[in-house]
Amino acid sequence: MPPLPSPLPDAEFQCRQLADLIRPHLHRRPALIGIFSGGAWIAERLRALLDLPENIGLIDVSFYRDDFAAKGLHPQVKPTVIPFDVEGRHLILVDDVLYTGRTTRAALNELFDYGRPASVALAVLADRGGRELPIGPAYCVWDVTLNAGESLELGRLDDGRLAWRLANA
Amino acid sequence: MHNPQLNRTGDLIHLLSIEGLPQPVITQILDTAASFMEVSARDVKKVPLLRGKSVFNLFFENSTRTRTTFEIAAKRLSADVINLDINRSSTAKGETLLDTIDNLCAMHANLFVVRHASSGAPYLIAEHLQRIGRDDVHVINAGDGRHAHPTQGLLDMYTIRHYKKDFTRLRVAVVGDILHSRVARSDIQALNTLGVPEVRAIGPETLLPKHLDRLGVQVFHDMNEGLRDCDVIIMLRLQNERMAGALLPSAGEYFRHYGLTPQKLALAKPDAIVMHPGPMNRGVEIHSTVADGPQAVILPQVTFGIAVRMAVMSIVAGN
Repeated sequence: MPPLPSPLPDAEFQCRQLADLIRPHLHRRPALIGIFSGGAWIAERLRALLDLPENIGLIDVSFYRDDFAAKGLHPQVKPTVIPFDVEGRHLILVDDVLYTGRTTRAALNELFDYGRPASVALAVLADRGGRELPIGPAYCVWDVTLNAGESLELGRLDDGRLAWRLANA
Repeated sequence: MHNPQLNRTGDLIHLLSIEGLPQPVITQILDTAASFMEVSARDVKKVPLLRGKSVFNLFFENSTRTRTTFEIAAKRLSADVINLDINRSSTAKGETLLDTIDNLCAMHANLFVVRHASSGAPYLIAEHLQRIGRDDVHVINAGDGRHAHPTQGLLDMYTIRHYKKDFTRLRVAVVGDILHSRVARSDIQALNTLGVPEVRAIGPETLLPKHLDRLGVQVFHDMNEGLRDCDVIIMLRLQNERMAGALLPSAGEYFRHYGLTPQKLALAKPDAIVMHPGPMNRGVEIHSTVADGPQAVILPQVTFGIAVRMAVMSIVAGN
């Protein structure tokens, strides 16, 4: 994977690239589900860029995480809201960064408690490698290598634009 | 003061009383409960948080509703639930409370939900667990004597927040037998912590504790006066044994003065909500027209109670 560019890429531009990757598959009438919080912002952008009529779903995987025993419950759990019937639908799960795959697994488990979708595809802005589960993105615009202890965080600027930030643990 | 509910980093490890709970902890419980409300609305009303954990319901005093809602809450979190009918078991054979706890710990209990007629019983268990080094076992007070009923207090706060949004501009009345009510005590403490500016206690002198003013509560013996312009009315159950104890003349007399009728309710704000922890005595503390009327939120309280208990269980079990 290529090293980290400086400055960091424009996340808004990457959202448009991600929409371009998804656009050829719109005939399947996909429904978008964003994972809190970064994925939810990106899913909102995609919905607007792709001109989708349906509200997006929002998912908070706190109740399905596999590290509950070690870390306890996340102090700020947001309600999951799926405003459509997932049964038989083609779903696109949206997240900002794909890393170990554990968040995706938790989201899949939660989704299946709502019904049996026809398919679930994963769309992310960034894939930083380091997978611990057999999970891969169907749509991804940025493969990036980070040093141990570094993490990429998507944030929202005062003017509402999405922007990357590099954080050190 | 030593607060056995919180660990060294201030996280909730037991829920024993509203007293001593910092406002952010209460708010975290209410916020988490809001997320669990959504789980209860799904087809599959279950999340895997407490999978593999054992929740023991220890009810030394009967309460079908509270026990059932705790049981539903634990099952929706995927825990295994064991209900012990303590009155008919080892206690009756002379086993002490703490011996019972040790035995259940040996059966790998993770969480105790305790209802006890003696104030302080859940504290005793929590301190015992700490003494024997079992910080992986948690206690939730489901009502102890006249002392506290913290999950009822929390679900009442959830209900108020759901309908009224902002605590800091409310006038809340608690009506009835406040002296003997652990619900009233927990409610008043929670309302104070959450910044409700005006809390009123309404009841006959024989059923109001002394020194209520020290809790920042305004006391009214005249219900018409006390209900004026209230946003929230919390009715308490009148226990029949109070009549036998000569604290009150009769149920009819009580209803005349302190029963919530449509006429009295009209003195509160037009959008006031009416709450009751149940079980209700219709015609004693509340008129049926009010209990079944549009301002009553008594059944939603029950639904919210499950989400609040899920929140408390998952927070303490994770800390």
